[in-house]
Amino acid sequence: MKDIIIIGIGPAGISAAIYLKRAGLNPVVIGQDFGALSDYPEKVENYYGFGNPILGEDLIKEGINQAKRLDIEIIQDSVIALDQIDDHFKVKTTKHKFQTKTVILATGKKRMTMSIPGFNKFKGKGISLCAACDGYFFRRKKVALIGCGPYMAHELDVLKEINQDITVFTHGSPLLESVSFPVVNSKITRFLGTDKLEGIETEDGNIYQVQGIFVAIGAPSSIDFATKLGVVVERNSLVVNHTYQTNIPGLFAIGDVIGGKLQIAKAVYDGMMVSDHIKTYLKSK
Amino acid sequence: MVKHLKTDTFKKEVLESDVPVLVDFWAKWCSPCLRVAPILEELSKEVEGKAKICKLEVDEEYEIADEYEIMSIPTIVVFVNGEIKEQVIGVQSKQSLLKLLGL
Repeated sequence: MKDIIIIGIGPAGISAAIYLKRAGLNPVVIGQDFGALSDYPEKVENYYGFGNPILGEDLIKEGINQAKRLDIEIIQDSVIALDQIDDHFKVKTTKHKFQTKTVILATGKKRMTMSIPGFNKFKGKGISLCAACDGYFFRRKKVALIGCGPYMAHELDVLKEINQDITVFTHGSPLLESVSFPVVNSKITRFLGTDKLEGIETEDGNIYQVQGIFVAIGAPSSIDFATKLGVVVERNSLVVNHTYQTNIPGLFAIGDVIGGKLQIAKAVYDGMMVSDHIKTYLKSK
Repeated sequence: MVKHLKTDTFKKEVLESDVPVLVDFWAKWCSPCLRVAPILEELSKEVEGKAKICKLEVDEEYEIADEYEIMSIPTIVVFVNGEIKEQVIGVQSKQSLLKLLGL
């Protein structure tokens, strides 16, 4: 059993790890993509201490190097599932499984949302972000699962317990997992229906009748984890109290995912502050 | 106190209520739904006399869940004068729920 798993290798997650390590604890940091900073086209000019502006991607790499030099365990892998069991958490990555007393979500915010026409209209009216919550409503219906990688495979395992009439839509991406259900590779152009979802239209002109759609594209975001665990989310941000704890004991969140200024300096501050609160939380257990 | 609704009490408790009614559609196997419960308990104490806070288990009372076309849980619906005034999906803070109730 680990004490602390930090999900996210950006400025918030790494800063939290550094302060926790210096406080004598042993955090494990797990993350794969570099988030918003790696897509930022300009060099970072507003963060303290860099006489010459630095690329966001380089800044993150240096942060990881800094943590490694302090003997912090960093696992470069995607987290595909986060579950709570009694008073601890189970973290599943594409290669490993861990148990931990506390989790810090520091994955940043996905700037990209699904822009396929009909997505927002049918959210909750056929389109679901949580197979474990909503699979039941579609147990005798035709359902689609959108995704191509390990996250999709994980959701498929959940869904196939409830329903056998599943089609996997990779939405134009290569399928990375072997599945025993029909697969459609063409890109999705539209979700169809009047009040409720009725079908999917793809780029090659085909129309597939489905009543339910489950989305598991790429790696799950913090919002996806939060939705599945029952964290209070407001205006696309996770709600935390003054100790950075969510409404779930032991589950903390820092950086862009909790809103406020989407800045490196603020992410670093959150990382520093949460380390004190984690120490207090672990001591009280 | 949070009231547990049954199919045969729904009309009287919700549709014929004099005060706004918040109904939480939930199920035992839905882990985010379990997170709504303590928030509703707290809310119900705060709005006593001004609004009713209820829960409806979609497994048991599936006729009502079907009638309102619930396809995602937790779904929280606010009824005023027998009609749906607000409907949201997912766990909400107590403040957001108070706002939904117009309180």
